Amino acid sequence: MTRFLVRRVVAAIPIMLGVVFIVMGTMDVIPGDPAAMMLGQGATQDMVTRLRAELGLDRPLAVRYVDYLGRLLRGDLGRSIVDGRPVSEEIRQAWTATLELGAAALVLTVLGGVTIGVLAAHRQDSVFDGASRVLALVGLSMPVFWTGIVFILVFSLELRWLPSGGRGAWPHLVLPAVTLAIPSTATIARVTRSAMLGVLHEDYVRTAYAKGARDAAVLFHHALRNALIPVVTVLGLQLGQLLGGAILTETVFSWPGVGRLLVQAISSRDYILVEGGVLLLAATFVVTNLAVDVAYAYLDPRVVYR
Amino acid sequence: MNVHRSPASALWRRLRRNRLALGGGVMIGVLLIVAALAPYLAPYDPAHQSLADKLAGPTARHLLGTDEFGRDVLSRLIFGSRVELAVGVASVLVGLALGTALGTIAAYWGGIADELTMRALDVLLAFPYLLLAILVVSVLGANVRSTILAVGLWATPGFARVIRGLVLLVAGQEYVDASRAIGARTARIILRHVLPNCVSVLIVYAALYMANAILLEAALSFLGLGVQPPAASWGVMISTGRDYLLEAPHIATFAGLAIAFTVLGFNLFADGLRDALDTKAAL
Repeated sequence: MTRFLVRRVVAAIPIMLGVVFIVMGTMDVIPGDPAAMMLGQGATQDMVTRLRAELGLDRPLAVRYVDYLGRLLRGDLGRSIVDGRPVSEEIRQAWTATLELGAAALVLTVLGGVTIGVLAAHRQDSVFDGASRVLALVGLSMPVFWTGIVFILVFSLELRWLPSGGRGAWPHLVLPAVTLAIPSTATIARVTRSAMLGVLHEDYVRTAYAKGARDAAVLFHHALRNALIPVVTVLGLQLGQLLGGAILTETVFSWPGVGRLLVQAISSRDYILVEGGVLLLAATFVVTNLAVDVAYAYLDPRVVYR
Repeated sequence: MNVHRSPASALWRRLRRNRLALGGGVMIGVLLIVAALAPYLAPYDPAHQSLADKLAGPTARHLLGTDEFGRDVLSRLIFGSRVELAVGVASVLVGLALGTALGTIAAYWGGIADELTMRALDVLLAFPYLLLAILVVSVLGANVRSTILAVGLWATPGFARVIRGLVLLVAGQEYVDASRAIGARTARIILRHVLPNCVSVLIVYAALYMANAILLEAALSFLGLGVQPPAASWGVMISTGRDYLLEAPHIATFAGLAIAFTVLGFNLFADGLRDALDTKAAL
């Protein structure tokens, strides 16, 4: 198990190196000189050249790449072009906000998706099954930013039940988390249903029923545990959807997370901040996927890790 | 007597029995007709401004109301279908072309080519949904062309993996060995034998990616990073409608419904087609 974990972590390293390379390379080819932008309109050519040297922009890409990696390892993401504050500082607070939103949506996704999927499989071809399948497709088809706007319209502006934006006490979290969770819940419900249908005809399920076990016990204890592997795989992919969807949800609900910060940074052309935000979200995705791999080991003792 | 049936007609027979897929097909058909006949169906010029009528709710004159410049929302939605379909199709084609090239190279040559391609794709997949597209757009500028490229790049790793799997499967078949034995060249084998046998699975993926490409385009346009106003993109309409949510909630509402309708059509179609093909393709 330890060796498996070490191998997974080692395998993630080249991926992160590639991600850093792509992000850095992208920022390199963006039209416009960051040094000129930092100095503003009144800058002379001499000032720009000096700042370029200071920032190291005059050195070759490979040198800067290695240098950048070194700074990343020390937690240094550079300084914002707009206000000169360290990017790591600006991002830290936003990141906890994004994690809070993402974790809430993840909990809703797992609870809602798995429950709906199990019940639909249990009553295959029933009205509930049919309705949940159609609703799942509808949930997958609605743009999250639009769902968010409709929720604000109905629950904040019309009914005045919940706040329409900002971060604060738990009512602030309800609408953004539900909005973000809808497409993932739909996906997990679909995968859980088909995985459950695959195991419900197995001998051990029949045996459990024969022994007199109750529906709930058979479904959630005997069957679900064996159906969870594909669900966990898809859940790992859904983490990327949640992180990406957070960019939209945060924008709609003025949630002060990395996604909103990123969108603002793009419009103010603060590339250093964009770089930091993108790297952080990608790193979060890679690390959470590692966690999913660990979950396999826990769920399926048959898998042998070499 | 054994009647010969082409794979396409067999597929069509199965598809006809799947009501959801048929429903999706009809929705796509409606959309295609609307896009094709937009100038005849739209009651107004989508760009015609009438500030006296601005932000009006649905009435007999403007069935879905007007926007902040007094433009007819229904007409803009009708013309917007052209933007959505064009961007969707173009970006899926970009993803399909890049993915087919990479997937075929990886599977057919194997070894280091395979390893390098797949690791490079892993790096692309490490970017959460939307993030890669945002990066591409921030380099190339926010316009239709970079939107297509961004969405296409997002679709590339998925297509490449599917194609790679399919090619590995097909390349092991006897008829491929046979054509190699009679001296066919690699490129000919791939184009004539391997790819045609992957087509039906690819259609499922193309429909699935079409649904997601339209969502992604709408998201980029909503963030102001995709199709730019005054073009009648549905994502742009939601974005501006959001600014007038209190006075004119109909703008964002109807634009969102149009997106949901379109995406649902492609999702239903892909889902039913997948059942008809009995493949375990999962996105």
